Amino acid sequence: MTWETVIGLEIHSQLKTKSKIFSGASTSFGSKANTQACAVDLGFPGVLPVLNQEAVKMALRFGLSVNATINKNSIFARKNYFYPDLPKGYQISQFEIPIVGNGAIDITLDSGENKMVGITRAHLEEDAGKSIHDLYDDYTAIDLNRAGTPLLEIVSEPDMSSAQEAVAYAKKIHSLVQYIDICDGNMQEGSFRCDANVSVRKKGDKLGTRAELKNINSFKFLEKAINLEVDRQIDILEEGGSVIQETRLYDSIKNETRSMRSKEEANDYRYFPDPDLLPVAISDELLIEIKKELPELPTEKKLRFVEKLELSSYDAEVLTSQKEVADYFEIMINQEVDAKLSANWVMGELSAALNKNQLEISDSPISANELSKLLSRITDNTISGKIAKDVFKLMWDGNGTVDEIIEKQGLKQVTDSSAIESIIDDVIANNPDQVQQYKDGNSKLLGFFVGQVMKASQGKANPKQVNEILNEKLS
Amino acid sequence: MSLDNKKVKEIAYLARLNIEDSEIEQSTAELNNILKLMDKLGEIDTGDAQPMAHPLKMSQRLREDNVTEEDLSEEFQAIAPKTGKGHFLVPTVIE
Repeated sequence: MTWETVIGLEIHSQLKTKSKIFSGASTSFGSKANTQACAVDLGFPGVLPVLNQEAVKMALRFGLSVNATINKNSIFARKNYFYPDLPKGYQISQFEIPIVGNGAIDITLDSGENKMVGITRAHLEEDAGKSIHDLYDDYTAIDLNRAGTPLLEIVSEPDMSSAQEAVAYAKKIHSLVQYIDICDGNMQEGSFRCDANVSVRKKGDKLGTRAELKNINSFKFLEKAINLEVDRQIDILEEGGSVIQETRLYDSIKNETRSMRSKEEANDYRYFPDPDLLPVAISDELLIEIKKELPELPTEKKLRFVEKLELSSYDAEVLTSQKEVADYFEIMINQEVDAKLSANWVMGELSAALNKNQLEISDSPISANELSKLLSRITDNTISGKIAKDVFKLMWDGNGTVDEIIEKQGLKQVTDSSAIESIIDDVIANNPDQVQQYKDGNSKLLGFFVGQVMKASQGKANPKQVNEILNEKLS
Repeated sequence: MSLDNKKVKEIAYLARLNIEDSEIEQSTAELNNILKLMDKLGEIDTGDAQPMAHPLKMSQRLREDNVTEEDLSEEFQAIAPKTGKGHFLVPTVIE
C-alpha cells in the first residue's frame, strides 16, 4: 500500500517590537517573573488594549514579502478558553479577516528542485504567559511576562508531502522573518515555534484525519516528530483503525508523540469580534512606504548571486539561506575578493570550523574582512591555497592577523624560479628509479615528484611553477 | 435553531458557569427564547449589506512602539490569592 503524507504548518513568530501588542509593557526576554506584566496584560477590568503600530507594520512586511493579499480592514477577535496563563479568559487574535491573506513562497528541495508552498493567511495575536509545572509540588507557577507579546501566526496550505519538505519550508520562513527583521528566530527561547498538522491518505483519496503536533522547538525535532506521526497513523490505518483528530505533544527525550487527552469540547473557542478593538485600516500610502523599506529578499539575493557573481544555484542557495551568512559573504566580495573563491571558503573551511566548534557565523573568531585578506594573499601569490588553510587555523586560534602569521611563520610562497629549480634538481637526483620509470611512460609519477618538491619546500613552493619546471626537466 | 439540555450543559462548562441540574430546564427555555429572536433577525435579507465588525464607524487607533509601563509587580502580587518567588500560584494544572 502506498501512503501519501499531507502536512501543513502553523508557525508562531514573536515580533521584535520593544513593547507588547496591546500595552506599553516591555517584551524583553529573561527578566524577573511578572515584572513586565502590566494591568492590560493581566486582564484587569476596565483596561483598554491599544494596538502597537510596529506590530502592524511587521505583519505587513511579511505579507508583502510573500506576495500576499493584504486585507485593508482586518478584525481582532476573542478566542475563548480557560487556562491560568491566559488571565482574561480569551486570547486576542484574528479570525474572520486576518491582516495577511493568501500568499506563497518558493522552497528548494534536497533534489535541487523548487516547490511553491501556499500561505493561507498570517494573523496578529497576543502570546499567553508561561505555566511552570515543576517549581512546586502542589501549585503551578505563572509568569505573565510573555503575556501580550505580539505574535504573527503564519498558516501554510497543506502543500508539503514529507517531513523534509516541511523542514525546508520552516527554514525558509525562519530565514525570511530574520531577513525582513521582524523576528529574532530564536527557537530555544521560543521566539519561533512550529506546529505541524499531519495526515496520511491512500494515493488519490481525499484528505485523511489530521493530528496537530505541538511542542517542537528545533528543525531536527520537527522532522522526527512528523516521521513518527506518519508511521503511527499508517500503522493504525493498516490495522483497520481510524485516526482521531487531536493535538499531540512531541516528547524529544522519549522521541514519541502522545495525545494531550483534551476533551472534545475544549476546541470550541467561540470566536467573536473583540468590541474593545476597532477594525484595523491599512492605507495605500502605508503599504507603499513599507514596500520601499523592504530589504533584498533571499530569493532576490540568490538570483543576483547566480546572475551577477556567476555562482552555482546550489552555492547561492547555501549562502543566502541564512541572513548572517549572506551578510558575511557580501562583506567579503565587497573587498573585491573573487566570489567563487570566497564562496568555497565560507562553505568549506569556515563552515567546517564553525560546525566543529558549534558556533554561529556571527560568533566567528575570524571576521569577514580578515578572511578576505587571507584570500587576497592566495590570489596575489604570497601563499598557496594549501598554506592558506594552515594560516586559517592559526588565525582561528588567535595567533594574529594574516600578514603577521605569514611573516612570523615564514610561510611566504617561494616564487623565485631558481630556488624552485634547485629543489627540483635535488629531488630528481635523489630519485633516479622514479625518474627512469617516468621516462618509460609512467606519467602518474608526476604527482610523486610534485609531492616531493612541495615537501622539501615545506609547502611554500608555488605549485604552478613547480609543475612547469618539473615538466621541463623531466621531458 | 434551538438547544437541548445537554447542549446547554456543554456551553455552561465552556463558560465555566455552574448551572445546577434543577436550573437546566429553565436556562434552556430562556436561551431558546433568545434564539427565537435571533431567528427573527435571520429573516431579514442582508444580501447587500456589508458585514460590520464594530458599531462605531471608526478605525483602530495605533500607538507608537514605546515602553511606557513601569514595574508594578509588587502591587499586583499583593492582591493575588497566592504567590511565591514572584510567581502567581494556582492549583496544579495537569497537562
